[in-house]
Amino acid sequence: MSDDSIIIPSTTTNSLSKLTINDYSKTGFGYNPSIGTQSNSINNIETSNLLISKKQIILSTSTIPIYEKLHLISKKSPIEEITLSSLLYLFSEIIQWQFKNSKNINDLEARLNGLGYKLGIKLIEMIKLKDGYKLLKRDTKILEILQFIHGPFWKFIFGKQADELEMSQNNNDEYMIIDNLPILNKYISIPKDYGDLNCCAFVAGIIEGSLDVSGFNCNVTAHTSTTDQHPLRTVYLIKFHSNVLYRENIRN
Amino acid sequence: MSNSYYFTIIGTKDNPLYELEFSSFKNIPTTLPSNYIPGKSQFSQSTKELLPFIANSSLDIIEDLQFSTNLLNLGKIDQFYGLNINGYITQGSIKFIICYDSTKDESNSIKQFFQEINELYSKVLLNPFYNVNDAIISPDFDLKVKQLARKYL
Repeated sequence: MSDDSIIIPSTTTNSLSKLTINDYSKTGFGYNPSIGTQSNSINNIETSNLLISKKQIILSTSTIPIYEKLHLISKKSPIEEITLSSLLYLFSEIIQWQFKNSKNINDLEARLNGLGYKLGIKLIEMIKLKDGYKLLKRDTKILEILQFIHGPFWKFIFGKQADELEMSQNNNDEYMIIDNLPILNKYISIPKDYGDLNCCAFVAGIIEGSLDVSGFNCNVTAHTSTTDQHPLRTVYLIKFHSNVLYRENIRN
Repeated sequence: MSNSYYFTIIGTKDNPLYELEFSSFKNIPTTLPSNYIPGKSQFSQSTKELLPFIANSSLDIIEDLQFSTNLLNLGKIDQFYGLNINGYITQGSIKFIICYDSTKDESNSIKQFFQEINELYSKVLLNPFYNVNDAIISPDFDLKVKQLARKYL
């Protein structure tokens, strides 16, 4: 990167490449991991005065002050709604895109799971902040975090709570979250020869990601379990790793 | 002499995401002596070199506290030759650590600082070009952290 190019991590593709020790920010702001604290320490009087003056500062690199505008945790910001059809159209495109690349049904499910995983590790941070900001609490027990995912987490993503939260009777490391009418599956009909494919593997990925990043290592899979009343009923089977249960036993 | 602070964000794999050295913006003298820059950290060179090590050595304590307490703000967790160390851990196992050389306990103002940083961090996550555990190189983020530092510390 030459000296002329401005470092704009939020907009340019340059940000995706690594910063080197020769990259200095022109504005005096911006952390460079190759240099360390010297890259962004307050070293000159101009930077110092800028901070003291209490004026709103707009860096030349940014036109939209994203960190100013958004208020994640204020009460007034409602959950914005989008139309179901546009969401499902997007989801169907995702499935088609992954379907083209996948070798078989298991591969497709793994790919959808992977996409959801990336989303989950980011979502849990934001939803937890929105939901539990006043309490300033984290969830540190298996049951607490599952109730959180079953309740506020589900409500944030799908606008309703999940229908059931069950513990497996046979294995004490397995839990189930049950959704009677998964929104994403609403207009998906699986051909017979595709076996037990369930496109909610994407949602299973979201759950897996959010549990994983919170310190509860697990595998989550989505299974269709049709009943007469609910033909699309989906069971998310959460299987925790043994070290999670071991920790849980020690801590209690 | 105002207090100096070393603030760092540590990711889920104990990798550093962001660092900042600064000093308190409070009690700035009205007539500035020459060579005096408000906000410039006043750690000695030998301390500066140690700071990342001090911060990282407290990770063991944070890991132990992660599942024994359900608070986000862990308060003062350790000290090292006159440096106090305060920690904070988010639901997503991201750790915020501050080392500061103050004789007073500043846990209250640091708590507010941490909470604001937590909100700021979750905004960073909204960026599709940012992945969890990447270094945060955005100048806007840096500016905002410094403004919060001026406001609370």
